[in-house]
Amino acid sequence: MSPARTSAKRRPSRVPRRPAAGAAVAEVHLPSDGELRRLAERVLKLSDADETEVHIDFVADALTRFANNTIHQNVAEQAMSVSVRTVFDGRTARATTNKTDDDSLRRAVAASAALARSQPKNPDLLPMPGPQKYAKVERYVPGTAGATPEDRAVAVSRVTELADQNRQTAAGIFSTGASVTAVVNSKGLFASYRQSRAEFSVSILEADSSGWAKASAADASQIDTEALAERASQKAVASRHPKEVEPGRWTVILEPAAVLDLVGFLFYDFAATAVLDQRSCFNNRMGKQVMGENVTLHDDVTHALQLGPPFDGEGMPRQTVLLVDRGVPRNLVYARSTAKKMKAKPTGHGLPLPNQDGEAPFNLVFAGGNTPLETMIATTDRGVLLTRLWYIREVDPYEKVLTGMTRDGSFLVENGKISAGIRNFRFNQNILEMLSNVGQMSPAVRASGEEAFDMVVPAMKVRDFHFTEVTKF
Amino acid sequence: MQEWTALALDTAKARGASFADARVVDLRLRDLSTKNGEVGTLAENESLGLGIRALADGCWGFASSDVLTREGVQACAAQAVAIARASAMAKRADAAMVPEQAYVDTWQNPYVKDPFQIPLERQLDLLLAADGEMRRVKGLTLAETSMHFTRLEQWYASTLGSRIHQLKVQSGAGIVATSFANDEIQKRSYPNSFGGQHQLAGYELVEELDLKGNAQRVAEEALALHKAGQCPQDERTVILESSQLGLQIHESIGHPIELDRVLGMEANFAGMSFLTLDKLGKLRYASDIVNVVADARLEHGPGLGTFGYDDEGVPGKRTDIITGGLFTGYLSNRETASTIGLDRSGGTMRAESWNRLPIIRMTNISLLPGTWRYEDLIADTDDAILMETNRSWSIDDRRYHFQFSTEIGWEIKGGKKTRMLKNPSYSGITTEFWNSCDAICSRDYWTLWGTPNCGKGQPMQTMGTGHGAAPARFRKVRVGMAFAK
Repeated sequence: MSPARTSAKRRPSRVPRRPAAGAAVAEVHLPSDGELRRLAERVLKLSDADETEVHIDFVADALTRFANNTIHQNVAEQAMSVSVRTVFDGRTARATTNKTDDDSLRRAVAASAALARSQPKNPDLLPMPGPQKYAKVERYVPGTAGATPEDRAVAVSRVTELADQNRQTAAGIFSTGASVTAVVNSKGLFASYRQSRAEFSVSILEADSSGWAKASAADASQIDTEALAERASQKAVASRHPKEVEPGRWTVILEPAAVLDLVGFLFYDFAATAVLDQRSCFNNRMGKQVMGENVTLHDDVTHALQLGPPFDGEGMPRQTVLLVDRGVPRNLVYARSTAKKMKAKPTGHGLPLPNQDGEAPFNLVFAGGNTPLETMIATTDRGVLLTRLWYIREVDPYEKVLTGMTRDGSFLVENGKISAGIRNFRFNQNILEMLSNVGQMSPAVRASGEEAFDMVVPAMKVRDFHFTEVTKF
Repeated sequence: MQEWTALALDTAKARGASFADARVVDLRLRDLSTKNGEVGTLAENESLGLGIRALADGCWGFASSDVLTREGVQACAAQAVAIARASAMAKRADAAMVPEQAYVDTWQNPYVKDPFQIPLERQLDLLLAADGEMRRVKGLTLAETSMHFTRLEQWYASTLGSRIHQLKVQSGAGIVATSFANDEIQKRSYPNSFGGQHQLAGYELVEELDLKGNAQRVAEEALALHKAGQCPQDERTVILESSQLGLQIHESIGHPIELDRVLGMEANFAGMSFLTLDKLGKLRYASDIVNVVADARLEHGPGLGTFGYDDEGVPGKRTDIITGGLFTGYLSNRETASTIGLDRSGGTMRAESWNRLPIIRMTNISLLPGTWRYEDLIADTDDAILMETNRSWSIDDRRYHFQFSTEIGWEIKGGKKTRMLKNPSYSGITTEFWNSCDAICSRDYWTLWGTPNCGKGQPMQTMGTGHGAAPARFRKVRVGMAFAK
């Protein structure tokens, strides 16, 4: 999109300098594979179960939050958890602690055993898997893991300065951090994964309008915080004095974050357990043309724009799965026990046991198109351009009708141009129908929203999107 | 544990903090669930750590750690001060707070039966019995049950001199019957969606719910919904039963009265509020029979928003939010109270655990009882839709426009509850809706519901909130838009 740039006169920079001396504070030390193995071994030695599995998770995250052009919240967290799953004669349960002294680990093992022994035998429980091989993924950037509050404050200050210059108000977050996760079991399986992660989200507010932009990456240096703020600023300018237009069926251009938050609601429908439980919208629809031929969807943890471990909650390697092929749902994802029940092969998407949900794909990748967003706008006679959606909830689980609101940058497009900002709509939209009405798509990008986990999606131009009511701003 | 909070405060002061408060939290959880006669989740979780909030150079920093050693606590406190100094790099004004006195106290909620002392076998037996009752109904495709227990022990201290120990025990349980037939999914939950009913109570709450005794009914209703008529698309009188009304209060009153939203602090994520400061004491929020309070005191009931002290050391209190229909109060903390010129904090700072910063959260936001007998309310209603048990909920980021749908509806005709309706939904603008309220049932029909899953903040925090409500009637409400074609 190309909304008008602000005409506010620029003022001198007030980007601050870093403090002269850093305080002696907690430094992040991510556990090494050796340390993870040694910790897991201590747990395994404490267990007399038939089989024992240990999950270790370590997180060191920090988040700088700003509003009203100042930092108002600024937090850091460091935490380790050790989760123990024991198996006794076909019964299993989990206990978790964040303390790693011998007594606490012993107590966690005992709690897991007591929980496991308290229940009836589970005929579907499979023996734990042995050692596995995993796809190699590199998603750890030391500079992002070790980013300081000063690093974040400098970036935020530049954004608040931009807002000040434009006589706008900025609010948002800049978070950085790292995590380590490991699955180890008494059959000799060892899987570990580490990643860094940065996320920047910015809203720019004016008296009667707003704009928004967000990005996330393993490497903070890939996030251009000022460019995102500039984009949000331009949207706030372009949506000034929003006018009310009538609800109904509209041609809608959804930016990637809006696509993400809608299609993210489909993710659990691809779980084999959801189909088995008859609560997936793909019940009776597998192999049928339920979306347009231009919609193809994979789950692919190895994709260059994806994050996350290449193994599942049991330590099984995540496979790349073709979920939708040219509009036809072809495959589901399977945990080991679901695969056995449904006579399929496990795909490495199981959730940590025990659970009742089975599995889920967490690395959705849409095949995009080649139409730039600007071309979508230029080829639209009358439509709506949406930046972001909000408070999306499922109205009808089988027809996959979702409701929600538009937010922070909704525009009327007329004769190939953005003509005005508009008041926000409520939508009630069948998502399968929406994915049958996709006319144009941009190349897929890593998108970050609020309702769904980050995924790789294109912007989409969609026919007959259903707005049902309008709010007051 | 107070030796750790004292060490943290001493370190923060030595590093130059002008104010600090610290919390050690020892959190224990137990989750049980069943699905179609088999155990689903069976897990316990314990988590112990310290969080410290420090004010330095006029700005805030917060750090948390689970390394409860002398070195770990000192490093954590030093980090909080260092973060505060980094915050000052983008400062516009020094943070200011209204005064508060020091308290040395201990508090715990009353409960009869410690849920963590009840044998697991007994808890599972109860769930499996309810699960079995649901599956006795032929055609049901999915029977689910769950229990959730929390024990949160907290030691709070501040540089004001407060030292407060609190223990909160929370219980919750519920069942869900789901039916897939004729390319349609219908479900019924008991006693509420969101995992059932949740209160600051012991295992006695679970026993009082009688999950097994209600299992067959909800399963039969889930199946019957397939054959029920569709909720019309129309403007109608609507009667909301109390759990749905509780969520209506949560979304269209509880969130917009949060002062951090009003002041723009949540603009990027949770959003802002239509309740700008000029509306306090002037806005006709609701009809004159509507009275809403925010009440964290035990005398209000065992709600998920009940406590002795909030997480910045302010005693739990009551604030009148809507008085005779007039908007009269916000949810505040010490800082936002100062910003808008209040004398004292409303005592609503709450954190999910040791690793989260306290932020303004709902306590128990309750609609006070009216005068109607439920039977009289139905008899007095010529043509309406009675809606029960939430299925979906959505509201805009300033809390004007909402849409809710419920699991089941009933047509009221000529003062009688008649045919069942499926896919009921209603939508509207907050103040228009509340001003259309013309009848509220009495305390005999009033329930303090627990919403265990309220999300807010960055990083996200999940918090339990309480909402007391009795069935109430609303006129000229738009219904059926969720399923409009």
